[in-house]
Amino acid sequence: MLLSVQDLSVSFGGVHALNLSHFTLRDKELRVIIGPNGAGKSTFLDILCGKTKPDSGKVLFNETPVLGKTEVEIANLGIGRKFQKPSVFPSLTVYDNMLLAFKMKKSILASLFFKPTEEIDTRIREVAVKVGLITELKKVAGELSHGQKQWLEIAIVVLQDPKLMLIDEPAAGMSDEETEKTGELLMQLARHHGIIVIEHDMKFVEQIAKELVTVLVRGKLLVEGSFDEIRNDQRVIDSYLGRANVQLENF
Amino acid sequence: MEKTKDYRLYLAFVVFFLILLPVGNLLGFVSTNTISLWGRYFCFAIVALGVDLIWGYTGILSMCQAFFFCLGGYAVAMHIVSAGAAASGGSGVPDFMTWNQVDTLPFFWVPFQSFGLAILLGLLIPAAFAFVFGYFIFRSRIKGVYMAIITQALALAMWLLFLRNETMLGGTNGLTDFKNLLGLSLSSGNVKLGMYVLSLLVLCGAYFLSKKLVGSKFGKVLQAIRDSESRTSYTAYRVLDYKLAIFMISALLAALAGMLYAPQTGIITPGRMDVKASVEMVMWVALGGRGKLKGAILGALTVNFLYSICTSLFPDSWLFILGFLFVITVLYFDKGFLGALEMLGAKFRKNKPAARPVAETETLQS
Repeated sequence: MLLSVQDLSVSFGGVHALNLSHFTLRDKELRVIIGPNGAGKSTFLDILCGKTKPDSGKVLFNETPVLGKTEVEIANLGIGRKFQKPSVFPSLTVYDNMLLAFKMKKSILASLFFKPTEEIDTRIREVAVKVGLITELKKVAGELSHGQKQWLEIAIVVLQDPKLMLIDEPAAGMSDEETEKTGELLMQLARHHGIIVIEHDMKFVEQIAKELVTVLVRGKLLVEGSFDEIRNDQRVIDSYLGRANVQLENF
Repeated sequence: MEKTKDYRLYLAFVVFFLILLPVGNLLGFVSTNTISLWGRYFCFAIVALGVDLIWGYTGILSMCQAFFFCLGGYAVAMHIVSAGAAASGGSGVPDFMTWNQVDTLPFFWVPFQSFGLAILLGLLIPAAFAFVFGYFIFRSRIKGVYMAIITQALALAMWLLFLRNETMLGGTNGLTDFKNLLGLSLSSGNVKLGMYVLSLLVLCGAYFLSKKLVGSKFGKVLQAIRDSESRTSYTAYRVLDYKLAIFMISALLAALAGMLYAPQTGIITPGRMDVKASVEMVMWVALGGRGKLKGAILGALTVNFLYSICTSLFPDSWLFILGFLFVITVLYFDKGFLGALEMLGAKFRKNKPAARPVAETETLQS
């Protein structure tokens, strides 16, 4: 097991945001998590990457406990996070954004005396081709389009070479064409990394969910299964119905 | 092309300040007063470099740079005063202490009798201060306006401490009556010229070191912290370490500048470290062009030069002029004098319209 979670619970001001009894992820598995707004999806990823401290629970990543570690320690363990709102370094160039992410020693001294090498350059260009940013390397990241920023952030996560990628709504604000490209990219990445994707866009979920889909509702695990099982599960339909979610028509 | 332009600029700067002014002084065209004035401006420019590193590049608004400046200044001043007292015979206790009925030198004055130790402590104390203070601030993730307020509070507290006679640092009057430094008379014109050249050289050294720092991957991490601190830590950089390092570097630059400043002015008082002084330092950088090292130097030199001119021409209206400049800069030239100059240059050549503001607005929005 790459990741195993037990009895994870967190509440904000008395409201249970997450109460997850059980969750596991195999190595190199691509898992999609869906659920209505406020289901605790992002909170779950926040806990995994150290942004939010849970009230109780146990998270093992490669048999190593994750909870209580700092963001940096977790990143060094091999967990990378892409946020819902693209979070890149807008005043640096695309190339520098990727260079900073590249997996290497990141202490002050290492940064002071850092010398670019061919190996790093090749790898950055390789990833840039993958995410379709090879022609934009010299551009300042703040000038990229929204979709390009999303891809840049994915590239940042990829270059850290994590064992587990936490990807929060990668297709938000993307055109259909961009969404499909993102889906292909994620499936390609799943050959080498474990990935957890949160997504609302059901067309996109259908494209990438070749394995299990997890449905969260009000912080609890509702059901786990293949995309077709989930699509026809009455409880899932109800939970979306009850909230009059616009995604219903896609079901 | 950018590089050759840089070299021409450096050359012009060096020729003017390192050759023309000193030679003019030796030949009697330039008054010693002017020389010593510019020597002090260079000190301010060194502080401005530090402010730009921590505020312009890392986005941390530190409002206690003037305090670090004074720590350096006081260290050298304490050496000059205590060495002077020892040389004049008697108990070796500086005059102002004798007037306060203190007849033995306080223990913390003793190391400052040695020049080497004074210099060392003048750098070590501000660095240690920045380390301890910075550690608690940055560990608690205090940011933005709260950082500005808490550093301002530190500056205020220290100012009050230095004002007190019991602190044995001269109280409100500060330390003055400097005669000799390392056996050289500080009132001699040649020593003043020497201090001027030394300040200029230190400024050049500080500039090139800062430039190297900013150009290295370390500098990029600093900008990354300014852009998105959370992304930086999820990318496995220990943000605390980097913030501490740059806080200490900027404190060291300020202290170094203070050390050069005190002997040239002949006095150092707590007035140099009050809250207003720190705000002014930030203002030099804001006016000159934040986030550009050249802008910081330009800002410190022009604002102080203007200050000297304006206070002699219209003594009462300096603050209005400064305020007006600040408002104009904030409204129309968000990149400061340097940005305005570059814009003018671009218009003058007319081959390339300034197409840069796009990046700036995007940065602000995200």
